[in-house]
Amino acid sequence: MAKAQNLNWFMRWFYRMASPPHFYRWAGRYAPWLGGVGLLCMLYGLWGGLVSSPPDYQMGEGVRIIFVHVPAAWLSMMSYTLMAVAAGIGLIWRMKLAHAVAASCAPIGAAFTFLTLFSGSLWGKPMWGTWWEWDARMTSELLLLFLFLGYIALRNSFTERDKADRVSAILAVVGIINVPIIHFSVDWWNTLHQPASVTRLDAPGIHASMLVPLLVMAVGFTLFFAYVLLVRTQGEILLRERQTKWVNDI
Amino acid sequence: MAFLRDDRAGDAADLVVGTATARCGVETGPCPGGAVMTPRQQRMLTVGLVLGGVALATVLGISARRNDLLFFVDPTAMAAGDYPENATFNLGGMVADGSWERPEGSLASTFVVTDFKSSVPVVYSGVFPDLFREGQGVVATGRVNADGVFEATKVLAKHDENYMPPNVAESLKKRQAELEAEGGS
Repeated sequence: MAKAQNLNWFMRWFYRMASPPHFYRWAGRYAPWLGGVGLLCMLYGLWGGLVSSPPDYQMGEGVRIIFVHVPAAWLSMMSYTLMAVAAGIGLIWRMKLAHAVAASCAPIGAAFTFLTLFSGSLWGKPMWGTWWEWDARMTSELLLLFLFLGYIALRNSFTERDKADRVSAILAVVGIINVPIIHFSVDWWNTLHQPASVTRLDAPGIHASMLVPLLVMAVGFTLFFAYVLLVRTQGEILLRERQTKWVNDI
Repeated sequence: MAFLRDDRAGDAADLVVGTATARCGVETGPCPGGAVMTPRQQRMLTVGLVLGGVALATVLGISARRNDLLFFVDPTAMAAGDYPENATFNLGGMVADGSWERPEGSLASTFVVTDFKSSVPVVYSGVFPDLFREGQGVVATGRVNADGVFEATKVLAKHDENYMPPNVAESLKKRQAELEAEGGS
């Protein structure tokens, strides 16, 4: 272990985090703060989105769905990216904890993806005139849901945890290709779905009175995601390490 | 697939910092089998190659069938004859200003879809979505009849990527009118 001292602070942090007891305690310390601040952000975002922000010049009050739909869509892609990176680290570094993080991430990501599709569908019926169309944006987002569900199903089809970790990790890593497709689908093809308003290079196409609550809501969703992920990973660690002394000492 | 193999020995050694290189390398000489990469580097390479290969296949596949993934055909493409003739397809564009007509006592209405280069007349009888209006994006599903008129069975409205309160839209419109007046004089 003499070489450990030569590593930079990031790699030292990385290797320390690989220790399940250390991660378990670290998560227990920070998760409540993330959850608390996330809740405050979401409460402000809800008030800002539903009460204080103005209606849209085109769709009137119907615009308010974006305060749920857009953060949920961002989080669905963010959680997939995190899952794929964790799965990749698990594959390459053989880090059990990374597999535990990826496994904990999948159901949360699936929930965000479902929320995105569901809220978009509710908005699409009155505004576009359809619940669902097979345009590139919607189809690729639906594929994301199937990737999450496929990952979960693949994990559960193995009784041996090591094998489940590795095989499902390959699916997670390969599926990352879908994430840029979702993001750029509205630029690469003509779609029914509107192009990006916030995540584009020039000024946002959304008025500040709507943008601020939207961004606060997105921060709230992200913190909530981090909170649920940490708590779920804690549970996953306890399940995986239930035979060890440190778990039995808790 | 090296990373699928159940080599527990590699597992244990890799997590301990510094020993992965010690297993085969300077201290112990070349690995058995003549490999010069550590197992971790091999896995990194394998994951990278698999990901790169699938990415390449996806790019090739998507660009080969690019047109199949387009949601609609625009009026210019239609004017060039680039549309399925005896089949249903989607026509997309702007509803031309002042073109929407609904005869009294009838559901059938007509409008013109334009992309400011070419225009296509459309007939449709049915319910319009909330966002349907002149000067806004629209996607109509249907087919072209013998007179060159697009007979729509479904009309969907598009929303653009700009969201703002009504008063902001109002002042933007006013500003634009002012600018046009200045340019005209």
